[in-house]
Amino acid sequence: MLTRREVLKRMTAGTALAAAPGLVLANADTEARFVLVILRGAADGLAIAAAYADPHYARQRGGLALSAPGDGDGLLDLDGFFGLHPRLALVHELYGEGQVRLLHAVASPYRERSHFDGQDVLENGGSRVGALRDGWLNRALKPLGGGVGEETAIALAANTPLVLRGAQSTTSWAPSRLPGTDGDTLERLSVLYRDDAFFSERFAQAMSSQAVAGELDMGGDRRGRRGPRLLTENLRVAASFLTAAGGPRIAVVESGGWDTHANQGTVNGALANQLAALDAGLGALRSGLGQTWSHTAVAVVTEFGRTVSVNGTRGTDHGTASAALLLGGAVNGGITTDWPGLGQRALYEGRDLKPTMDLRSVFKSILSEHLETPERYVQREVFPDSNAAAPLKDLFKG
Amino acid sequence: MSQTVIIANNRFGLGARPGDLDRREDPRDWLLEQLSTHAEPGPAVRALPRTPEVLAEVQTLRREQQASSGADAPDIVRRYSRAVRSHYLEQTTARYAAAAATDRPFRERLVHLWANHFAVSADKQPVPAIAGLFENEAIRPHVTGSFADLLIAAERHPAMLLYLDNAQSIGPNSTLGTRARRRGRRNPGLNENLAREILELHTLGVSGGYSQGDVVSLAEAITGWSIGGAGQRGRFAEGTPGTFEFREMIHEPGAKTVLGKRYPDAGLDQGLAILRDLATHPSTARHVCTKLVRHFVADAPPPELVDRLTATWLGNDGELGAVYADLLRAPEAWTDTDRKYKSPHDFVVSTLRALDRIPDDSRFVVNALDLMGQTPWRPGSPAGWPDTAAEWGGADSLYKRIEWSDSVARLAGKRTDPVALGDAVLGSSFSNHSRTWISRAESRVQGLTLLLASPDFQRR
Repeated sequence: MLTRREVLKRMTAGTALAAAPGLVLANADTEARFVLVILRGAADGLAIAAAYADPHYARQRGGLALSAPGDGDGLLDLDGFFGLHPRLALVHELYGEGQVRLLHAVASPYRERSHFDGQDVLENGGSRVGALRDGWLNRALKPLGGGVGEETAIALAANTPLVLRGAQSTTSWAPSRLPGTDGDTLERLSVLYRDDAFFSERFAQAMSSQAVAGELDMGGDRRGRRGPRLLTENLRVAASFLTAAGGPRIAVVESGGWDTHANQGTVNGALANQLAALDAGLGALRSGLGQTWSHTAVAVVTEFGRTVSVNGTRGTDHGTASAALLLGGAVNGGITTDWPGLGQRALYEGRDLKPTMDLRSVFKSILSEHLETPERYVQREVFPDSNAAAPLKDLFKG
Repeated sequence: MSQTVIIANNRFGLGARPGDLDRREDPRDWLLEQLSTHAEPGPAVRALPRTPEVLAEVQTLRREQQASSGADAPDIVRRYSRAVRSHYLEQTTARYAAAAATDRPFRERLVHLWANHFAVSADKQPVPAIAGLFENEAIRPHVTGSFADLLIAAERHPAMLLYLDNAQSIGPNSTLGTRARRRGRRNPGLNENLAREILELHTLGVSGGYSQGDVVSLAEAITGWSIGGAGQRGRFAEGTPGTFEFREMIHEPGAKTVLGKRYPDAGLDQGLAILRDLATHPSTARHVCTKLVRHFVADAPPPELVDRLTATWLGNDGELGAVYADLLRAPEAWTDTDRKYKSPHDFVVSTLRALDRIPDDSRFVVNALDLMGQTPWRPGSPAGWPDTAAEWGGADSLYKRIEWSDSVARLAGKRTDPVALGDAVLGSSFSNHSRTWISRAESRVQGLTLLLASPDFQRR
């Protein structure tokens, strides 16, 4: 009996994409790659990158304040003012190489505190909940080309997230908790589907994404790989898709578990584990991309931030502004922020980090400068109703 | 066996069980009869608790969670999550057991369809604990009556009022709103969320001809539509937890104008009057009939059929029975071309029915639907799940269907002759090509995998 992997290989070898070298591949080697990482649940921007030199930091953060750089397991210094969480060692290393841009006190236009609505605004790209029913990254795909079977973008998720939903064809892949189907059955299915265009096309797409995924050591049954480790795995898998011939060049990775209302922890604990998984995943992404990393940008964003001070259960509650990270070989490193300060009077509604930058300014720059989408199209079609959010100008290496 | 029998079972019903296609009754009569007879839901559904009971329980846990501090906090968080999860699993078990066993599958399909039209999504607390109760209490009793009654029942249910934030929406000039402003609170909190979705999703449709002003007026008219125990303390904590409660003190006083018509203030009745008018508005009729035709006939609804049903709706004051009867008379609904690609939900339910398997624990089903991208009652948005092959036709989703077919076949395949089962549940829609290749499978298990994953079974 054929092994599953043999069948997958044989099937993808027969597809048009693998067989026709003259074909314009979705991801020619030199083309820009983009990975959007959505941290769902409102990730604490002040834990990702702490303003340790802000005179109000230690007092406001109380038991959740991280130690200054130089102390045992202290923050990883960026510029004498901000420091990265000690579990973000790889991000810090990349910062040293000029490949990380920290964007602080950023937020979507959303100003309430519901995850559901906050994620909707983050992903629909409009200025309010339900403003648009499709996602901004899907709208951005139109000028990039790529049709059915030659998708430009993949979601590493069971559900295609709103940000990638819409009229443009996208593909998806998620780990399975079901035992794999054997190669012989798959081969018979390809015959069964032969005369049905709808099924044969999708089956072929599935086989090629399975073939890419199959090259990885997935550790067999991935049951139990939920939580933080799934983020690491999905970023590792994203690298394979983004480097596969004819594969996508945009990937969306989602991660839950950032809603730290209780026992958030400092250098250890729930949030530290999440950040360590993110850091490990980014490391896996970088090494998986190899040379491709040099023309890659990764944006790590969340729907909103958390309260500046600690709540009664040693956690933080829903806030407003947070931090975002833009990293990769294509990124011009540094820090961009109009820092509002952590003094009580500087806080938004007396509790949250005040937003001073619209996340869409970052997204617009990624689309127009990194992915080379016409600026007019980005302004009119991708982010209508965003005139006040001008694209940032120096995020990428010229 | 006629094509009509097959379509009645597999397109209008939830999928044939072995034997279902052999019934002699006229298929249209069989469907119509499901609408007219009084229908007791199955025992699992009847045994479910009611919303007030469940909300009281989970809100108490929530309150303990929020009031707690120190070492016992994680335990309390876990207790809340466990309680919510157990209600969710109990309700999904009841739903899929009822769907697998019912002799009125057309009626049951309508229950699922309308629950999705008025979607509440289990990704916002405490919806997962009560989404199934919403389906049974607000939707199930009204699927064959007037659309106005269905609409009002859905909007008044605690699950909807919590999901779309109406329970604490405060009229700016209400007693409480005025008081809050006097104390210097900037925005005492009119919430437009529910009103907007009523107009955009539940009734007129996004291009149904309403303005932002209409959204605000409707939002004001339904201020006060709240539930008992909606808040932690103070006024909002009053009332029987988990039951509809009209709160005069947050209701925006005065007349409201919606779609050019003036509605004098009449407390609760003001909002009800607007909803009744919306239910029979031509835009509503067209919007909802389009969705019905998309669900039962084709992803691209034939415009003439939508026109006919819209006229029926308007001529019968939104009586759904008349609309369904017309739909069942439409020749477009009975052609074998343009068959619908099943949603994951349809696929799983029809598999349970084909194999006569009534789940007593829904985890197998919930996990499968989760992998295929249609976690029960969790569409992630008030727009509900989509209803076209374009949306469900993801490559990964098909692969998950194949893997799940394989898992199911390993459980049931040794006892099942796949070719005989294909004949029994697909009838003449079982193609010779599929039949041949399934008969050549190396084992019954493999044959059943191929049958369930076949284009013939994956469409309805």
